[in-house]
Amino acid sequence: MSDNLLRADLILLHGGEVVDPNAGEPMRADMVIRNGKIDQIGLIDPQSFNGKVYEVSGCWITLGLFDMHVHLREPGREDEETIESGCDAAAAGGFTGIACMPNTSPPCDSQEVVRFIKKKAQDEPTEVYPIAALTKGRQGKEITEMADLVRAGAVAFSDDGSPVADTSVMRNAMDYAFMFDVPIIDHCEDPFLAQGGHMNEGLMSTRLGLPGIPNAAEAVQIARDILLCRLTGAKVHIAHLSTQEGVELVRRAKEAGLPVTAEVTPHHLFFTDADLATFDTNLKMNPPLRTSEDVEALEQGLREGVIDAFASDHAPHSLEEKDVEFDAAPFGIIGLETMLGVIFKQIVGRGVLTAAQALQKMIISPRKILGLPIPKLSEGQPAELTIFHPTALWTFDKTLSRSKSRNTPYHGMEFPAKVWGIINKGMVRIV
Amino acid sequence: MGLTSRHLLGLEGVPAKDITLILDTAENLKSILDRPIPKVPTLRGITVVNLFFENSTRTRISFELAEKRLSADTINFSAAGSSVKKGETLKDTVRNIEAMKIDMIVVRHSAAGVPYFLTQCTDAVIINAGDGRHEHPTQALLDMMTLREKWGTLKGKKVAIIGDIRHSRVAGSNIRGLKTMGAEVMVCGPRTLIPPGIKEFGVEVTYRLDEAIEWADALNVLRIQLERQEKGLFPSIREYHNEYGITRERIARAKKELIIMHPGPINRGVELDADVADSDASIILDQVTNGVAVRMAVLVLLSGFDTSQESLR
Repeated sequence: MSDNLLRADLILLHGGEVVDPNAGEPMRADMVIRNGKIDQIGLIDPQSFNGKVYEVSGCWITLGLFDMHVHLREPGREDEETIESGCDAAAAGGFTGIACMPNTSPPCDSQEVVRFIKKKAQDEPTEVYPIAALTKGRQGKEITEMADLVRAGAVAFSDDGSPVADTSVMRNAMDYAFMFDVPIIDHCEDPFLAQGGHMNEGLMSTRLGLPGIPNAAEAVQIARDILLCRLTGAKVHIAHLSTQEGVELVRRAKEAGLPVTAEVTPHHLFFTDADLATFDTNLKMNPPLRTSEDVEALEQGLREGVIDAFASDHAPHSLEEKDVEFDAAPFGIIGLETMLGVIFKQIVGRGVLTAAQALQKMIISPRKILGLPIPKLSEGQPAELTIFHPTALWTFDKTLSRSKSRNTPYHGMEFPAKVWGIINKGMVRIV
Repeated sequence: MGLTSRHLLGLEGVPAKDITLILDTAENLKSILDRPIPKVPTLRGITVVNLFFENSTRTRISFELAEKRLSADTINFSAAGSSVKKGETLKDTVRNIEAMKIDMIVVRHSAAGVPYFLTQCTDAVIINAGDGRHEHPTQALLDMMTLREKWGTLKGKKVAIIGDIRHSRVAGSNIRGLKTMGAEVMVCGPRTLIPPGIKEFGVEVTYRLDEAIEWADALNVLRIQLERQEKGLFPSIREYHNEYGITRERIARAKKELIIMHPGPINRGVELDADVADSDASIILDQVTNGVAVRMAVLVLLSGFDTSQESLR
């Protein structure tokens, strides 16, 4: 066990404020944790406490954050990220739970891989929930052994990154997944419309001479899969929503009472395609960064509750892969360590959501979507906690990232919401 | 008086005074090309690498000639015979070449942004000879030089660019340069070959060739690539020629004298009929001649040679 990973046998978090994302207002309180459980919440004198005392004054003590869209790269690309390094980055970002995408090598399309991931992560303070592939080999042709995968611990199905082109395959996948009451996480992108594109299609792609991906590429498939959701009743979760058209489609699906949910990434809220003027491959994402009108629509979607959750789409790529001409670079950035800071700066700081609303979208909603139990902030409950200072400023230095990769556009930027550490599974991980 | 930037990556953001300086210098240098010994020592001791990752005949020859006329040492690198095929990254290739002590790189690449990328990995002066569908600044400069020779000025003149605007770096640089110099620009082609947001560049858009012909003082006719038809962007060469091919009959309907340009190589009988290409209205071969002069001017100005202090002759 490393220096900053300790047992939560008997500890006192002193001087902080307890924040229940469901209740709202922070409340000044100390917390005793005994054998991994919340033992006492109240004002406790550290002098008379005979366990380990952590001074966390000014910090918020809240339920553990959850990131439902993470790429861990193991098995297959351990040079970019391992389950261990990904969990370290997750803990540094304040996450006690993450769901990892199946686009590994081999892909997570069999119960062996699900078990492998869970086993590798079992001693980490951050719990890892594998998302299994929707189709065998993520080929979009035959559906996976979903019953077996769910039994092994898969919490959702997705061919993330390789959207299912064949509508009948998607329909069958939804019908079949319906039996297990697990969501399909849907990377919505019409592969024909998006083919060859490297950025958002629009004025900026014309300016830069880069092939574009139109908003319609996302919206067409969201529309299709909402219709299939109506047909099958399966739970559909739209990954990394990026377009105003997409927000409108999800809004209407929700109004119609369909089991459709959606997430948005910090980067689709923080950047626009106008930031690509220097061909920075750390701003090359899929879906691509869109325009400021799209960002406004996403913010409106957050306010209205059309968008349920924040998710990082943490996508490690090696330096060699990203340090190339724009066309040749892969899509994606790392994001576990910066998500809370970016959301507090961009969304809470600018008044789009209150801090409690933002925390709900990182704590409650993702677990609800995946059908996972939601931890509680009360005595006797297992301590699954994130402790962070909401206003303390910190600067993200990619060279100090816990991730094995460095592909981030946030290097050198200053954010609020400094993570102190997490407590989970009887362990304390101090950042 | 020199240029604002130490590289020529494109014409976006290049001020009118810089474009004017390049065109004036090119006109000045052009006379050298007619001498019995068409060579000056201006760039003696300067090493220029022509880094071509994409097939090119005329642009590469034009640059090479310009370099030789200026007495630069030149090295040609083309991707086919290079280590690029062996899996070396672009950055490594460029750093290796730079380590051999070179001063300037003329680069062509199929990916947009490569010239900018090179400025991040080497200290050499970078000249863009065409990057993806982004920019091809020396082509636009030679087009503007040729038009300015003809008209004396570009201000208020109307240039229609015809054809595959969407995939054309020639259009990309011409639109920027011409707008900066005060000319009016119209683009004309099938909707599938017009890029989104193009109107925000301050250009007119039409899908009807006759409208462009009626409006324009000059037509810059772009090469149409067969692969666009294979991708379904237009139905057939036959229909393209019917709708957008420049024929004698069509330009006869123009109300004023029209100038015909083409960046080459021409698909005769597709985007441009042979009798128009070879007519008096055509300034296509002047473009080619001016291409060498413009590239000489760019090389001289970016080499740090002070044209106001030292004679070029």
